Amino acid sequence: MSAQFLQFLLAGLTVGAIYALVALGFSIIYNASQVINFAQGEFVMIGGMTTVSLTAIGWPLPFAIAAAVLAAAAVGLALEKFAVEPARGASVVTLIIITIGASILLRGVATLVWDKNIHPLKAFSGDAPIQMGGATLVPQSLWVMGITLVVVLLLTWFFGRTLLGKALLATSHNRLAAQLVGINVRHVLLASFGLSAALGAVAGILVAPITFTSWDVGVMLGLKGFAAAILGGMGSGPGAVLGGLLLGIIESMGAGYISSAYKDAIAFVVILAVLFFLPSGLLGKRSTDRV
Amino acid sequence: MSLLRVEQLGKEFGGVRAVAELDFAIPAATVFSIIGPNGAGKTTLLNLLTGVYVPTSGRIVFEERELTGRAPYEFAACGIARTFQNLQIFFNMSALENVMVGRHLHERCGLPAALFRFPSLGRSERAARTECEELMRFVGLGQYSAAQSDAMPYGALKRLEIARALATRPRLLLLDEPAAGLNPTETLEIDALISKLAASGITVVLVEHNMRLVMGVSDHILVLDYGKQLAEGTAEEVRRDPKVIEAYLGAGAAGEPAPARGAH
Amino acid sequence: MPARPDLRRSSGLAALALVVLLLPLALQNNYHYEVAILVGLNAIVCVGLNLLIGYAGQISLGHAGFFGLGAYGSAILTVRYGWPPVGAMLATTAGVALVAWVIGRPILRMRGHYLAMATLGMGIIISIVIATEDRLTGGPDGMSVPPLALFGLALAGERLWYWMVGGVLLVAVWLALNLVDSPHGRALRALHGSEIGAEVAGIDSASHKVRVFVISAVYAAVAGSLTAHYAGFVTPSKVTFFHSIELVTMVVFGGMASTFGAVVGAALLTTLPQALTVFKEYEMVMFGAVMMLTMIFMPKGLVPTLAARFASRRPSP
Repeated sequence: MSAQFLQFLLAGLTVGAIYALVALGFSIIYNASQVINFAQGEFVMIGGMTTVSLTAIGWPLPFAIAAAVLAAAAVGLALEKFAVEPARGASVVTLIIITIGASILLRGVATLVWDKNIHPLKAFSGDAPIQMGGATLVPQSLWVMGITLVVVLLLTWFFGRTLLGKALLATSHNRLAAQLVGINVRHVLLASFGLSAALGAVAGILVAPITFTSWDVGVMLGLKGFAAAILGGMGSGPGAVLGGLLLGIIESMGAGYISSAYKDAIAFVVILAVLFFLPSGLLGKRSTDRV
Repeated sequence: MSLLRVEQLGKEFGGVRAVAELDFAIPAATVFSIIGPNGAGKTTLLNLLTGVYVPTSGRIVFEERELTGRAPYEFAACGIARTFQNLQIFFNMSALENVMVGRHLHERCGLPAALFRFPSLGRSERAARTECEELMRFVGLGQYSAAQSDAMPYGALKRLEIARALATRPRLLLLDEPAAGLNPTETLEIDALISKLAASGITVVLVEHNMRLVMGVSDHILVLDYGKQLAEGTAEEVRRDPKVIEAYLGAGAAGEPAPARGAH
Repeated sequence: MPARPDLRRSSGLAALALVVLLLPLALQNNYHYEVAILVGLNAIVCVGLNLLIGYAGQISLGHAGFFGLGAYGSAILTVRYGWPPVGAMLATTAGVALVAWVIGRPILRMRGHYLAMATLGMGIIISIVIATEDRLTGGPDGMSVPPLALFGLALAGERLWYWMVGGVLLVAVWLALNLVDSPHGRALRALHGSEIGAEVAGIDSASHKVRVFVISAVYAAVAGSLTAHYAGFVTPSKVTFFHSIELVTMVVFGGMASTFGAVVGAALLTTLPQALTVFKEYEMVMFGAVMMLTMIFMPKGLVPTLAARFASRRPSP
């Protein structure tokens, strides 16, 4: 394996892990509420920016991270309560505009609370590059991939073994049936938004030392996380992870071997390709409409 | 001469065979009813016959023309129209406009004529309105010609769908449970309307649960059960068919003539 | 909807013409004229977009892309190839129509969220290409554009542009109103009401959707070309996802399935940020809040909601 290939692969896996986390957030919300949350990227931004602020005023990193994740989760809950809940049963266009409006609102608030500058975050364990088979890796990349793996395992345990997790799954399969067996669907909805927000925040915190963070870092990350979710199959957890990693690798390889100027376009070409040729994504369910 | 011929028609949904090996012909200028218990595949069959579903096997031939696999609007263009069990009324339009949509097939309106409002458009619009108002009167909705569709009662909406289907000038009209949800008076009116339609030369295919209606108005009946063809023939033949009796009333009742009355 | 569409159409158009004619009395300086012209240009895009979103019931989160293609097409043809501006505009519009037709067929097979995402992807790809091919487009800094000229005579100046844009807007509204009241418009509205119902009634929904997509793209491209010549330069900042969202918000805010609603929406949401210049930092917050509150409390949009409230005040027979 050439060193260059390995370099691109590792870079792709790193950013792919971030996309996977964001994509998981999209899938969880979509499963619970059929809403595509265009504000997902803003949770990423909130995670990173809050951590930056708190560490800047002296909080130790672990506490800053915890607080940032909680803050994002709180925003997620508020979003569900004040934006999505009142619009129950609205049309697709309406819901899309509501969540887009929410993302604009959140970004506007971010410029007021913080500023329009780019902020770095200190890497968790230093910047000394690691050599691996001819390729160079920053330690933060290992944090990204490692934490993402831990999160995915935790989620698998959560959905498979805990009552709340199973309730979330049940609601996503059949809301009415879930209600009939006593699941409080409203709580499930709130939980799904809170959880997705937390995932987004974790992604934002993990990647901030590598790509820095700013008030609008969520826009592209959100859209690319969405592309990953579609690639893997909207609503599929494993699909989100697979889609994220795959998208990260495709982007990295494309930028490295074909054209780095068009790196950002790759995700959107992927969206179009998937929607044209395999709308249900790699691992999504194929559905037929009843008339 | 048969108007519509179905050969070994089948439709599968990922392992579930909704209908299989259907083989029958619909003669022109008749009333042809399709009956069967719930889940027998009646609506699936109707969807196949109007292009809403694409068959997984078999053929559909209409007036000696192969229609298998074509899009729904092509079926309509060939002369097949339908109504729906779950109303598909355009609630964002007036009643008259709903009917006028059906006439779309027979209007030659180019885009420039529409954009620049050529005089020919005004003439054809007026002709369209007149024709569609007449169709509404034909189905008994004369009083609603100025109404908004979302202000009309359920029974009237069922007839509005029929008017819209008639606007396409069909030779074959498929009615999916036109009497469902109607009270006895409205059902009698639908009964009369179906006879009127048949008398005007349109071949009518009826999917219905109301046995009195079906037995009274049909020339031919096709019985479906679990997606397969159970029996086919005149009302009398079907009524006496032991397989039909068994499907509707259970194995013990087979071998006796079934009572002519009402639904199960 | 009143039983006399012709009356409503001509009275609405007459009212709009009156507003266009009389507005200059209230415009006191070049800045005011500039805002009015901007409103007109946005309104042209919105009227076209409303045909797609409001009447046909589709969605596009990428229409800034067509606007940008119109603007950059005119810019590139006039600056790099020396074409006369009017010829460049016509060629660009034809080109955009072709692009919309080619992209439209596959994209419009999708619905709902998938369609939204596909148009989003399309719009962003266009904006990335424009920002990246800097030899052709001037990249992120953009390029300057010569003024619009007719027979060698340069058309410049706020007042002249006001009348030009006003005239184009009136024509654009007239065409849209005609389309809506024609069999084509009925087919589109039927599609929106029930796509399956429309199909079995003989409407080829796929080709109607593509047709209205192309028409809305043409509206956006014309507005884009005009904007390029009016502003004297083009930059990728008008070709962004955010601008696409702004356009959709204007349409939805003013009123879906209402051509005049689209104009009102464009007018309100173009002037709102200008009026909020005092609170410049709050612009995003307010814009986002407006979007959310409108959609939650007035999902049909401003004009239809007000019209319905007005109608319900009249005593019922």
